[in-house]
Amino acid sequence: MNFDLTDEQKKVRDMARNFTTKVIAPRAKEMDRTGEYPYDIMAQMASLGMMGIPFPKEYGGGGGDWVSMHLCIEEISRGDVSLGALLDVTTSVAGNEIYSFGTEEQKQKWLIPLAQGKEIGAFGLTEPDAGSDTAALKTTAALEGEEWVINGSKQFITNTGLDNASIIIITAKTRVEQSGRTTISTLIVPKGTPGFTLGERYEKMAFHASATHEVFFDDCRIPKGYLLGDIYEGLAQHLSVLQTGRISVAAISTGLAQACLDEALTYTTKKYQFRQSLLESQTIPFKLADIAMMIELSRTIYLKAAWLKDQGRDYTLEAHFAKLFATETAKKIASDVLNMYGLFGCLEKYPISRYFKVAKLFEIVEGTSEMQRLVIARKLLG
Amino acid sequence: MEFNLSEEQVDIQKAAREFAQGEFDPDEASDYDRNGQFPLKILKKACHLGFIGMHFPNRYGGQDLGLLENILVVEEFCRQHSGIGVALGLSDFGSEMILRFGSEDQKKRYLPPIAKGERVSSLAYMEEDQTDGFSFFSTVAIRNGDGYLINGKKIFVVNGTLPGPMIVLCQLNKARSEDQVALIVEKNGDGPVLSMMGGQIGMRMVPMVSLTYNDIKVPQGNLIGNEGEGRSQFVTFLNEMRIEAAAMGVGIAQGAFDLALTYARQRVQFGQKIASFEAIRNKLADMVTRIEMARSLTYKAAWDLDRNGGNILLNYMAKMVSAETAFEVADDAVHIFGGYGYIVENQIEHFYRDARMVNVFGESGQTQRLLIADRIIGKI
Repeated sequence: MNFDLTDEQKKVRDMARNFTTKVIAPRAKEMDRTGEYPYDIMAQMASLGMMGIPFPKEYGGGGGDWVSMHLCIEEISRGDVSLGALLDVTTSVAGNEIYSFGTEEQKQKWLIPLAQGKEIGAFGLTEPDAGSDTAALKTTAALEGEEWVINGSKQFITNTGLDNASIIIITAKTRVEQSGRTTISTLIVPKGTPGFTLGERYEKMAFHASATHEVFFDDCRIPKGYLLGDIYEGLAQHLSVLQTGRISVAAISTGLAQACLDEALTYTTKKYQFRQSLLESQTIPFKLADIAMMIELSRTIYLKAAWLKDQGRDYTLEAHFAKLFATETAKKIASDVLNMYGLFGCLEKYPISRYFKVAKLFEIVEGTSEMQRLVIARKLLG
Repeated sequence: MEFNLSEEQVDIQKAAREFAQGEFDPDEASDYDRNGQFPLKILKKACHLGFIGMHFPNRYGGQDLGLLENILVVEEFCRQHSGIGVALGLSDFGSEMILRFGSEDQKKRYLPPIAKGERVSSLAYMEEDQTDGFSFFSTVAIRNGDGYLINGKKIFVVNGTLPGPMIVLCQLNKARSEDQVALIVEKNGDGPVLSMMGGQIGMRMVPMVSLTYNDIKVPQGNLIGNEGEGRSQFVTFLNEMRIEAAAMGVGIAQGAFDLALTYARQRVQFGQKIASFEAIRNKLADMVTRIEMARSLTYKAAWDLDRNGGNILLNYMAKMVSAETAFEVADDAVHIFGGYGYIVENQIEHFYRDARMVNVFGESGQTQRLLIADRIIGKI
């Protein structure tokens, strides 16, 4: 056993932490208030190599590992979770899918700019009637000559509204010519393709700096070669990269929870110093102790899942544990810290109000808590 | 024991429900919420039908009813829309200080316009760095000729921007903590300096401001009761208010539950209604059970106040349980909606935000637990 980070991993974590403190944290409130996307911050993240940490250097990446990637996601999310989600969707999910299943040509064309952070990726799985039930999708792709013709829609698509979002990788029902069988395949659809349109930006409870939209495909034609991976394995491929995404959501939630604890420590020391020594009271210190413990457990389990992935071992169970535990505890932590603030915590000028509203989201996205429990239980029961 | 509501109470409840269903337009509500705007138009209609100040005597524009009737209305309003319900419920905020302790002249002057929705009352009690509950205020009132001069600062003043009487709790004599006074300040002419507190996550239709008082003159006639009674009047008011806040919690929880139940019965995933999955069924069962517990406790507290003058332990418990239930149920309700729950137009997320703020409004659960413990343990 060795729980120490390598020098390289520490370097990545410290670089991200430093960047968050200096660049992201001072802007986070304004980004969320205005909903303006921080392109300048994204450009700096790209130039620091954050978007491609785990990919080989020949594909524009940093040649690092998934542990480093997730340390980076946690630190960035400590400043702003929408930027954590930018990394999750672009790198852990979309980039990862092309890296894992793409042809050399596809990697050259799309992975390199994603890894370099010049372009941003999006991932389309959810549809109005296909939420947790991912296979219930209605979007179709029909092969006509040398082109796929896509019809349908996807919803809650993170990143897709960004100006530099280049592609969305979607699942669609396809019919295989030779066998006539219907299957689910993954396709790479470049933004700007005729027939591909974005719906209005969603009005959400929080998470305003994230470019989430519904997308529509209306006789949208892409070249035959934009099929990603095995035509029969689209759904499995798509879900397999979400496995990595789960570690990332756990890292985002850990960063968010850590930000809540940071706030709580500052605030409670200030607020309660007059009333009585913090050490003499128990209610708040005991809560803080629980919070610190839950954060450490969240961090430990997401790091274990990332480490298993780096070892090339099965990390299914750990990824689900991490996603479930880190998101549920982050929500609870945000709420508990808001309580310490009392009514002040409900004012938008205090970061805890923002943390509270956004924490709920991560219990829902990339598989609700119920889906995590379902998979864990299935794994246990065989 | 009698757990049935009276016929009159059932009628009031039904009338309030029908009014809320008919008048609280979801799109309009979202606009009020987004813009942080008080729903004045809806308040006027509610007042016209006698829903506000029904616990005031007839001669002051009320209906001579009790707290229980009042909270049945608050609950139904919050059930239909948490934001509108809370705003209407707080439109007479602090008026009970006048109702219970004011002079005949004060009651005649201030209460009828509140019941009519022409005026909205407010109560300024919170201060920055309040280190010892509400037993001492930094805001001071000095005797000045035939009246008082107020100096100090209050924060989170509910309805602070709206026209109407504002009751300000002040320290009369800094040396003795029991010397508090409640003064009515009219918001006209040279009033206190007002600044907004900034946006809030919930209760967004309720304007909350901070007010700075620099030598604000108040005539002697605007003193509620006698000098030195401010604290006990406020404690009595808080008792009533906690029960009303508890009813807001019950209504918010019920409203969020109603929507989640409807959604769970319609939404199909994996070829079945999601209401057929045990994970969802367990959640719905917990939600409805918690609501029933909160409601029972809240009604009991209100009944006790109407009949016996109130039981402080019951009040703490009712507010704590109901506000926590509201938040837990709203959380589960958003969860059942999944991603849709996070989108404003689906009308569920405001329950989550409003519930959270009602939870810390007044006292948070963590304070209430300590207050309950104080009561039951006593001196050791």
